Amino acid sequence: MAVAIIKKLLRLVLLLFAVSLLTFLLVSMSPVDPVRAYIGADMLLVSPEQRELIEAYWGLDQPLITQYLQWISSILSGDFGTSLIHRVPVIEVIVDRFFSSILLIALAWFMSGTLGVVLGSIAAMKKGTWIDRFVNGYCYLLLSTPGFWLGLLLLMVFSVWLGIFPTGLSAPIGITASEVTFGDRLYHAILPALTLSIIGVANVCLHTREKMLDVLQTPYILQARANGYAGIRLFMRHGLRNMLLPAISVHFASFGELFGGAIIAEQVFSYPGLGQAVVDAGLQGDMPLFLAIVLISALFVFVGNWLADILYLVIDPRLRKGGSRS
Amino acid sequence: MKKNMLIPLFLFLVFYLLSFVINDTIRLDLIGKNQAPSLSHLFGTDWLGRDMLLRTLKGIQLSITLGIVTALLSTCLGLLLSLLATFNPLFDKLVAWLIDLFLSLPHLVTLILISFVLGGGFKGVVIGLMLTHWPAITRVLRAELLQLQTMPYVQISKQLGKGFWWRARHHFLPHLFPQLMVGFTLIFPHAILHEASITFLGFGLSAEQPAIGIILSESMQYLSSGMWWLAFFPGLTLLMMIILFQCFAKAFKHYLERDRSYGHYFNG
Repeated sequence: MAVAIIKKLLRLVLLLFAVSLLTFLLVSMSPVDPVRAYIGADMLLVSPEQRELIEAYWGLDQPLITQYLQWISSILSGDFGTSLIHRVPVIEVIVDRFFSSILLIALAWFMSGTLGVVLGSIAAMKKGTWIDRFVNGYCYLLLSTPGFWLGLLLLMVFSVWLGIFPTGLSAPIGITASEVTFGDRLYHAILPALTLSIIGVANVCLHTREKMLDVLQTPYILQARANGYAGIRLFMRHGLRNMLLPAISVHFASFGELFGGAIIAEQVFSYPGLGQAVVDAGLQGDMPLFLAIVLISALFVFVGNWLADILYLVIDPRLRKGGSRS
Repeated sequence: MKKNMLIPLFLFLVFYLLSFVINDTIRLDLIGKNQAPSLSHLFGTDWLGRDMLLRTLKGIQLSITLGIVTALLSTCLGLLLSLLATFNPLFDKLVAWLIDLFLSLPHLVTLILISFVLGGGFKGVVIGLMLTHWPAITRVLRAELLQLQTMPYVQISKQLGKGFWWRARHHFLPHLFPQLMVGFTLIFPHAILHEASITFLGFGLSAEQPAIGIILSESMQYLSSGMWWLAFFPGLTLLMMIILFQCFAKAFKHYLERDRSYGHYFNG
């Protein structure tokens, strides 16, 4: 177990290193001029000599490798640099945004996971009926739906017409940050989370249905049926555990998609999370923030896959005993 | 069986070609601005009095063209890399590692990164989409090729002194062709959806191009004043087109049905 964890951690370090190197090289190739991005409109007031001084101060005149090594070593010591748009240390922006994003993502993740597994199981148990066809149709419809359009529709219906939910942000306007309660935050996160989870259901649901159909074909189900089990009891005793593995691995592996979805949902609902931060950083050339969020998203995806691996062991006793994955 | 496949494809192509036939330039009409959908303007008009139906059709045309180009390019890239992977074990490791690397970042983040580096625009979007969609197909092709290489006829042909590219052309390509077609049809809708998203976020096509993503992101400013048609119809049209294509892709996959290894595509 310990060896496995160390191996995983080693892979993580290697991966983050590769991602950081690649993104750093890509970003340094971009047409955005860091000095210009930092100074903004006052660029005209800066003489070429001053510019050279700034470049020297930032180490822009040094070769790329040196720049990269400096950047990575300061990140390793916990210094992510200063955000150019927010004018505060990147780490503060990220910590601030991270909570909002995690709230949103966690809500969406649980909703879509539960709903997906439930719908998928019902569809498989009732294969061929109208319920099955309805669930299937719903999933295929959602796989083709642009997420931001769905967000716009929900925004139109629930916020503009019905006025039930707020149109944006993560807290009510006009009160100080200390007065914002968890309830307020939750209330503002519901609509974006709903957008994310409605889309996210499709994947889990289709996989669950597929696997459940496979399970229903097996001899032990036939035996159980012969013993008189049917419906919900058959499902709980023989179906659930066996079909849960692929559903879980798909759902954890969807962390990446979820992060992407969160970027879009946050943009539609102007919800101040990591996704909105990365869009702003990209559009306005705020490289320290941009690079940091790219690294965090890689970490996020990796953790998702890792958790799936660990849960495999928890759920399936056969794997714990060192058997191969079914 | 064939009917299931051909009808959606036919409808899809009709819509696509329709947008070419209507070469009516989109006129500004400030008197008839902000009109709700009516018989003369089926999709309503926007704040400059432009007919939304025409704008939507143009946007769809652009999206589909982009989708075809990128799906084709990433399929080719996938083929190339998977062939390279079979060339020798070192390349194989490298390709597997590259796949892992690209799958380790969320698609949209990679897209933003690449578009950012290339400065957006048509080129940025095409390259970005190409680079984010190849891993899925490469994985399938690589697995297929690994299996294919152990086949007796390939081994014999190797012993007979045929070179790698000869084997690739005469043994691998004909075998992989159905996979390539399926891969293409599965990547295409994804590419369109991602193109719309990235344009919506502001990294993709520039604002003067009539892309669906642009139309929708512009419409956001007018939603609170109740102009629902600006967002509703363009999105719905895009959805319809993608569903038509998905129907075709599904039927097509069934038609070529070989194994169930295509499942990966639906994950990302």
